[in-house]
Amino acid sequence: MPPSTMAARTQGHFSASKLDAVRGEKKLFSGLDFNLPPGGALVLTGPNGSGKSSLLRLMAGFGRPVAGHFAWNGADIARDAEAHRARLHYVGHQDGLKPALTVAETLRFWAALAGSPLADPAAALAPLGLAGLAQTPCRFLSSGQRRRLALSRLSVRFAPLWLLDEPAVGLDLAALAALSALIARHRAAGGSVVLSTHQGIELDRTLTLSLADFPWLRSQDHTELGW
Amino acid sequence: MSSFTAIVRRDLRLAFRQGGDGAMAVMFFVLAALLFPFGIGPEPELLARVAAGVIWVTALLAALLALDRMFMTDWDDGTLELIRLSPLPLELAVLAKCLSHWLVTGLPVLAATPLVALMLRLDPSSLPMLMAGLAIGTPVLSLFGSAGAALTLGARRGGVLVSLLVLPLEIPVLIFGVGAADAALSAGAGAAQLAILGALFAFALPLCPLAAAAALRQALE
Repeated sequence: MPPSTMAARTQGHFSASKLDAVRGEKKLFSGLDFNLPPGGALVLTGPNGSGKSSLLRLMAGFGRPVAGHFAWNGADIARDAEAHRARLHYVGHQDGLKPALTVAETLRFWAALAGSPLADPAAALAPLGLAGLAQTPCRFLSSGQRRRLALSRLSVRFAPLWLLDEPAVGLDLAALAALSALIARHRAAGGSVVLSTHQGIELDRTLTLSLADFPWLRSQDHTELGW
Repeated sequence: MSSFTAIVRRDLRLAFRQGGDGAMAVMFFVLAALLFPFGIGPEPELLARVAAGVIWVTALLAALLALDRMFMTDWDDGTLELIRLSPLPLELAVLAKCLSHWLVTGLPVLAATPLVALMLRLDPSSLPMLMAGLAIGTPVLSLFGSAGAALTLGARRGGVLVSLLVLPLEIPVLIFGVGAADAALSAGAGAAQLAILGALFAFALPLCPLAAAAALRQALE
C-alpha cells in the first residue's frame, strides 16, 4: 500500500475556508467555513434548495467550489484527490443498485470497486439487518431495504470521513437505531461524519452548519464571477 | 486492478442475466444483413460484391445499438458516482466499460460473421481478412462510442445524438475494414489496411478514455 493511501485511512481534521458555491446559475452560499475534528459530527441545515446536497458533493470531490477550499489536516484536498477519495464514504440520494444483482453481489462489487475485496458479505450486511437477504435480487427489495443496502457500504471498509446525504429517508425505527449505532461506533473510532439531516438519528455532541448564514452578497456578483 | 476487473465482471454478469444488449446486438446484426438479399436480389455475384461492405455497415450499426446505455444506467442509479470515487482512475474505468461493451456486442458479432458471410456469398478467400479487420475494428467502435456516450450523458434522446456524433468518426474504420477484405481478393493482401486499422486502434486506445473521462467528470459535477 502506498504511503499516501495509508495516511488517508487515519483520522484527521476536515475543514473548509471561505467557500463559495454555485449550482448552474444559482448562487448557493458564500464565505462558508467549518472545522470538523476527528470523532465529530457536522449536521447541515437549511431549507430545500439551499445547497446541502451540493456542499456534500463538493466535499466528496465532485467538482470544485468557485472559491475557497477544503482541507484535511490542513492540506488542500484538491492537491491529492486520490488520497481524499480513499478516505471517504459518500452515500448520496441514489442507492446504486442493479435490479438483476443480489444483495451480496452488489456489496461484493462495491467492495472490489473500492479496492478492498470482501471475503464475507454477511459481516457487512449484519449491522443494518440485511444478512437474511444476502441472496435476494435487488429488484425485490423495498425502498427502506434499498437504503439499508446503500448504507451497508459504510461497513465494507474503514474510511475516516462519512458524507451522508439524507441517510434516514425511508428507514424504519429499527434501521434508524442501527444506523445511529453505526455512526456512534464510527465516531468512537475517531471517524467523522457529515449529514444533511439528522431526523430520527441519535447523535450527541453535534456541530450544526446553517447554510442560510452564508448568503451571497450583492457586491460579490460582478467582481468575482463576472456576472 | 481489482476495481477494473470488478467493473468488467459486473457488466458481463448483468449482460448474461438480463440477456438484453448482447443478444440484441448480434440478432440485429444477423437480421439486418439478412435484409440485403431481399432488398437487392439474390444474384450470387451481386451479393458477393457487396458482402464485405454490408457486414461492416451492419456490424457498425449493431455496435451503436447499446451505446447510449454504456454509462446511462450507471449514471441513473448512482453507480457512476461510486466508480468516480473508487481508487481506479476514471480513464481506466472507461476502458473497463469499453472492454465489457466490446465483449457483449463486438465479440458475438465477430462470432456470427462467418455465418452471415456464408448467407451473403462472400468469397471464402476474403473471410480471414474480413474477420481480422473486424477483430481490430470493432474495439475501435467501442472506444469511439465511449467518448460519444459520455458526452451525451444526461441529454434527452441521447441515443440519437450519440449516433450522430459517433458515426462520422467511424467512417475511416469502415473504409479500411472493407478495404482489407476487398484487397484479399486482388493482388494486395490487405496488410496495409489492417495496419491502418491498427493505427486507428492505437490512436483511440489512449485518447477516447481521456475524452470520455473528462466528459464524465463534467457530468458528475
